[in-house]
Amino acid sequence: MGPLANRTWIHAWLFLSPAMILLIAFTHYPAAVTLFHSFFSTPRGKRPAKFVGLENYETLLADTTFWKVLGNNLWYALGTIPASVAIAILMALWVDSKLKGRGFVRMAYFTPTVLPLIAVANIWMFFYTPGFGLIDQITGFFGFSQHNWLGDPSTALNAVIVVAVWKEAGFFMIFYLAALQTIPVSLREAAAIEGAGRWYFFRRVTFPLLMPTTLFVSVNAVINSFRLVDHIFVMTEGGPDNASSLLLFYIYETSFRFWDTAYASTLTVALLLLLFAVAIGQFLLLDKRVHYR
Amino acid sequence: MHFTKKLGIGAVAAAMSLSMAGAAQAVDLQFYFPVAVGGKAADTIEALTKEYAAAHPDVKIDAVYAGSYQNTITKALTAVKGGQAPQLSVILAVDMFTLIEEDAIVPFDDLIKTDADKEWLKAFYPAFMENSQTGGKTYGIPFQRSTPVMYWNKDAFKKAGLDPNTPPATWEELVEFGKKLTVKDASGKVTQWGVRIPSSGFPYWLFQGLSTQNDVILANSDGNKTNFADPKVIEALQYLVDLSAKHEVMAPGIIEWGATPKAFFEGESAIMWTTTGNLTNVRANAPFEFGVAMLPANKRRGAPTGGGNFYIFKDSTDEQKAASLDFIKWISAPTQAAKWSIATGYVAPRPDAWETPEMKAYVADFPPALVARDQLQYAVAELSTYQNQRITTIFNDGLEAAITGKMSPEEAMNDAQQKADKILKDYR
Amino acid sequence: MNAFRLSGFDYDRALNTVGAWALALVWFAPLIYAFWTAFHPGEYSTRFELTAPLTLENFVAAWNAAPFARYFLNTVLLVTSILIGQFVLCTLAAFAFARFEFRGRDAVFVLVLLQLLVMPDILIVENYRTMRFLGLLDTILAIGLPYMASAFGIFLLRQTFKTIPKELDDAARVEGAGFMTILLKVYVPLAKPTYLAYGLVSVSHHWNNFLWPLIVTNSVETRPVTVGLSVFSSTDQGIDWAIITAATLMTSGPLLIAFLLFQRQFVQSFMRAGIK
Repeated sequence: MGPLANRTWIHAWLFLSPAMILLIAFTHYPAAVTLFHSFFSTPRGKRPAKFVGLENYETLLADTTFWKVLGNNLWYALGTIPASVAIAILMALWVDSKLKGRGFVRMAYFTPTVLPLIAVANIWMFFYTPGFGLIDQITGFFGFSQHNWLGDPSTALNAVIVVAVWKEAGFFMIFYLAALQTIPVSLREAAAIEGAGRWYFFRRVTFPLLMPTTLFVSVNAVINSFRLVDHIFVMTEGGPDNASSLLLFYIYETSFRFWDTAYASTLTVALLLLLFAVAIGQFLLLDKRVHYR
Repeated sequence: MHFTKKLGIGAVAAAMSLSMAGAAQAVDLQFYFPVAVGGKAADTIEALTKEYAAAHPDVKIDAVYAGSYQNTITKALTAVKGGQAPQLSVILAVDMFTLIEEDAIVPFDDLIKTDADKEWLKAFYPAFMENSQTGGKTYGIPFQRSTPVMYWNKDAFKKAGLDPNTPPATWEELVEFGKKLTVKDASGKVTQWGVRIPSSGFPYWLFQGLSTQNDVILANSDGNKTNFADPKVIEALQYLVDLSAKHEVMAPGIIEWGATPKAFFEGESAIMWTTTGNLTNVRANAPFEFGVAMLPANKRRGAPTGGGNFYIFKDSTDEQKAASLDFIKWISAPTQAAKWSIATGYVAPRPDAWETPEMKAYVADFPPALVARDQLQYAVAELSTYQNQRITTIFNDGLEAAITGKMSPEEAMNDAQQKADKILKDYR
Repeated sequence: MNAFRLSGFDYDRALNTVGAWALALVWFAPLIYAFWTAFHPGEYSTRFELTAPLTLENFVAAWNAAPFARYFLNTVLLVTSILIGQFVLCTLAAFAFARFEFRGRDAVFVLVLLQLLVMPDILIVENYRTMRFLGLLDTILAIGLPYMASAFGIFLLRQTFKTIPKELDDAARVEGAGFMTILLKVYVPLAKPTYLAYGLVSVSHHWNNFLWPLIVTNSVETRPVTVGLSVFSSTDQGIDWAIITAATLMTSGPLLIAFLLFQRQFVQSFMRAGIK
């Protein structure tokens, strides 16, 4: 290596370091310290933290709420990811076609992106209110009896999932829309000449070409399924009996309501492990089918 | 851009007292309060604060609206841990043990010097003081206190053939009236429920009304032992569950607290249980004649108290603590307490506040305001323990599991008691 | 789609139009409800009668009830500072990854990508501790700092920079330009669509972000709109939908209008940025 190579090395790090310092300070360092703290007890007032080994993890394994919340979160992921991606593709296809009132439709799909979830959650809560809420007013008109969507453990989580899909799909649509516009028109014309049906064309041409976008979007969707808990605060507070509680919400509760930071760290470690597992699974599943650069 | 650190007022004051030692200077106080804005409550707090400041030019009070009760305790503890504690705050009475455990507050006994001050502590209703005292010391001064009461729709009573001026007085009557008040349309769909006892978020509070009426206390005054599995508690829970499951006079599932006043206004329910803090709201918005009554009795009458107390934080200078005490004494004095009570519907926390001319004129004009006060003689301390938020969450989860039919009341309460024991055993 | 048109009436197309509109209405419903409720007196929040009187009182009440102007200013400050921080930091890092050869580059890049998974949103407990240590609690900077070095931004810009022909910066270097000049004069202008697309993602994310700001902020001077709204609509005394929707409209209006005006540009920039 010559002196020039040495200088390049220095330059590279000069460019990199500001970002890396912040990244390490707010991602790698806290992740490591979280793990560290999960082996200690929570300091309270005059009682300092002490090393407790795996005690927090034993508590975790025996914590029925944790297992329930974990199950909820997996169901939440399963409910939000495929649905929001599928709806996003559908939206993009519609908005990309020559539709009457396309401008309005596109705006409608996109509005959830600019409305803060914490605020619209109140509106959704009204929709779900039994008796005089919007959904019950509509179903009541057709003679159905009222249903307590958020107050019934069998529907609370699903009601929350619907709101998350509503929030996300329009945002993902933008990515698909951009990708669709790069697909050459000639492909479509050629397919039409060969008499290929619309569904056939989508399955054999459009969808494979959208695969990189799908990878990108679904990574985002996975992350959101563990991150998006704002509406829980307003709509259910995790209830009834934790039926709609999610991991991040439980971490918040443990840390900032119960003030049990050590156990919150333990929960965070569990969440991180879960995220890694999902990411690896997703990578193995999708990577082979993506023609990335 | 305002990126510089917003220094805690306390730190500023401390710095000032160092640099200007000896010179007369203003005492700065930061004061967190938790009332829902939009009503008169926030305006009243601010007006009272200004009035005090005008009379005491040497004290500056920065009144910070901190959100719901939940937000306020979170904010206050966060600030304490960050070394930026406020000097005083109104926080839920039940958070006393949490604040003690976090070493955040000082007992009033440490600040009180004169006999007059000691008398002052005795001026409040004993029912309220129960949640202010532990271990022989007083940590909180009742201010924004409430108790649940029963509101009923007189029009609906008339339509159901009931006397619009006689609310249900017992558990049996609540069911009996509820059945008459539950209206179904031709297809069997309920258009009006008889009773609404909301159960979202913090079901334990209204439930404590039922458990008290069944003559059982949920936790001891040391805050380290709960009674969730007591047969009387289970019986009370069974009654609550039966209201919708057996008698079908209440909507099934978890009933939203926040939507409850609206549901009452809309005629979705003919009777609702909620806080007296909603009195002003109901008076302003109910499109029909309504009545306010004490909760019905079973073995006895009963209700929990609720709402917030004043606390003084440890991390302040002696001048600040003295000034905070003085402010609290002033704002909880009869005239101010009466003003506050009239503006919000919260219960003025001391008997002499009800003797002021303003208050007398108010209750003469609006007698329902007296119901909460009269109920106080039957009221007990609100459920409060060490690790309070966690214990109440466990209890809430159990109540919710029973209400939604996931567990029997017995199972749910045994489960909750077991979990609570596991946590509280460290405090015995 | 005219390639698929059948002779006569196009059922397929009609069906799609109906479907697209139906979905649009569902998606639009919360906003429609917000408009209805915000402009009518409280008793019509749950009743939809065409004869209901219009009013602006809810807006007046919401405006007087909480310092929304300040919240709004805080959010604008927050979003801009994050955006500036992200643009600067991510540009520099992306340039290093795209154009420099150095030992351990791939390993460092993997470390960066790790943040796509381990977002600051999840590490609230420790990040809160760090902010306390730095004495930054209750500042706008504390809300933004964890997000400024964004793996997503670095990744996106690196991809874009890599598509820029090396000949361009070789030519510039021959003319004696330093790295910084090349970056600013050649790379940044060519990556404009990426900046626009990424900017949109960033702004819409941080405009809506709630949990972290809720935790680190404490006062009116620092709270963004989302936290302000949640504090405002706390339900201890019952929900007043009329005022909440008015507040929601007031605070999301500007972003909504901005999107309406620029939606075409956004989509095009996404396309050119090659986010796919």
